[in-house]
Amino acid sequence: MAEELTVSSHIKHHLQNLAFGRKHELVDEQNNLWEPTGSWGFATSSSEAAQMGFWSIHVDTMLMSIMLGTLMMWYFRSVAKKASAGVPTAMQNFAEWIIEFVDTTVRGSFSGGKTTFVAPLALTIFGWVFLMNLMDLVPVDVIPFLVQHTTAYFVADLSPHEVYFKIVPTTDINAPLGMAVTVLLLIIFFSIKIKGLGGFFGELAFQPFGKKMLPFNFALEVVTLLAKPFSLAMRLFGNLYAGEMIFILIAIMYSAGMVIGSLGALLQVGWAIFHILIITLQAFIFMVLTVVYLDMAHQEHH
Amino acid sequence: MNINATLIGQSIAFLLFVGFCMKYVWPPIMQALEERKKKIADGLAAAERGRHEQELAEKRAQQVIHEAKDKANEIISQAQRRGNEIVDEAKGDARVEGEKIMAATKVEIEQEANRVREELRTQVAAVALTGAAKILSREIDDKAHTDLLEELVSQI
Repeated sequence: MAEELTVSSHIKHHLQNLAFGRKHELVDEQNNLWEPTGSWGFATSSSEAAQMGFWSIHVDTMLMSIMLGTLMMWYFRSVAKKASAGVPTAMQNFAEWIIEFVDTTVRGSFSGGKTTFVAPLALTIFGWVFLMNLMDLVPVDVIPFLVQHTTAYFVADLSPHEVYFKIVPTTDINAPLGMAVTVLLLIIFFSIKIKGLGGFFGELAFQPFGKKMLPFNFALEVVTLLAKPFSLAMRLFGNLYAGEMIFILIAIMYSAGMVIGSLGALLQVGWAIFHILIITLQAFIFMVLTVVYLDMAHQEHH
Repeated sequence: MNINATLIGQSIAFLLFVGFCMKYVWPPIMQALEERKKKIADGLAAAERGRHEQELAEKRAQQVIHEAKDKANEIISQAQRRGNEIVDEAKGDARVEGEKIMAATKVEIEQEANRVREELRTQVAAVALTGAAKILSREIDDKAHTDLLEELVSQI
């Protein structure tokens, strides 16, 4: 079912990931009733993607993030293999610059002993999130357009409009939230490792108001604990989602004639330059807060 | 925008990347950085040591030059002294020698003069005698003339 190309459908289209899951079809249009077809495949509309439920996967997010992560790891690995104490090459210099920066930041905010795990974790977060955010600077329509038309060309009964593709993984809530959940698990893991199971639950239950206020303490501390990863994910997602939305809106200006189109071009350049700051800053914030949270997990509170 | 299994996939990918980074990326690069740091520190320390040594060497060189100058001065003054001594000695020797030669010459001259005088005296005496004999051959007054002759001879 090809939708008509309107501004709102354009925006909606840009905000939909390429979802793979159990295919559904609309059986009752009036009551918006969907039935699974029994086969697996890509969703051809936002509504179908919504029907797929939890056990579906955003193939574009996975593809882009793993590609970017692999790219980053390949680069750092190729540097690491040739790393020497002599005069560094330009490639090595750049990698060392980033690593020194991350190392300094981690040492500045992490006091829980050795940084053999936290520092590589911080580097991975910084580099990966930065690269994923960087995809936001690729003009919004270019890659989706290419993907749509090549897919439609090779798959006979598919119109380009039924193919979805988002190239910025961090504008898909699953990517930041997935990282944040991992961070939460790490916080819990290190808390238990350092303070023991009793210490960890004691921290949740016996402060800030002492033993008599146990349920209240518990409610408060659980919220505090959960707020950490949730705010991490939301901050990154929100910033990038909003940024992408503005790029999409600017892109719409191109369809409104020469004058507004050229104004849009100017705006796009301006917003892209400003966005470089946001991209880097968000990657940095995610890294620093993760380190800080893990540092807190390593410390004993009394 | 749905929360779905992508979340789990992202978590796993994230952990895998962290693990890779921790195992294969971070340690070698950190090690290279540490090594370079050490190398630079060593280099700086060596440079510092070198500078210190150079300073010491300069000081030592100056000292050596100073000593050499002192020694040279001493040698020169010694040589001068020795030269003066030699000159003085030579002067003394020359004077003594000269005096000796003079004395010898004087003695010789005196001897010669005496000899000549003696000879002259005998010759004058002979001449006087001859003269006297000639006079005598005319006028014999030995006594008066002998006195005269004696006086003559002693006056020569």
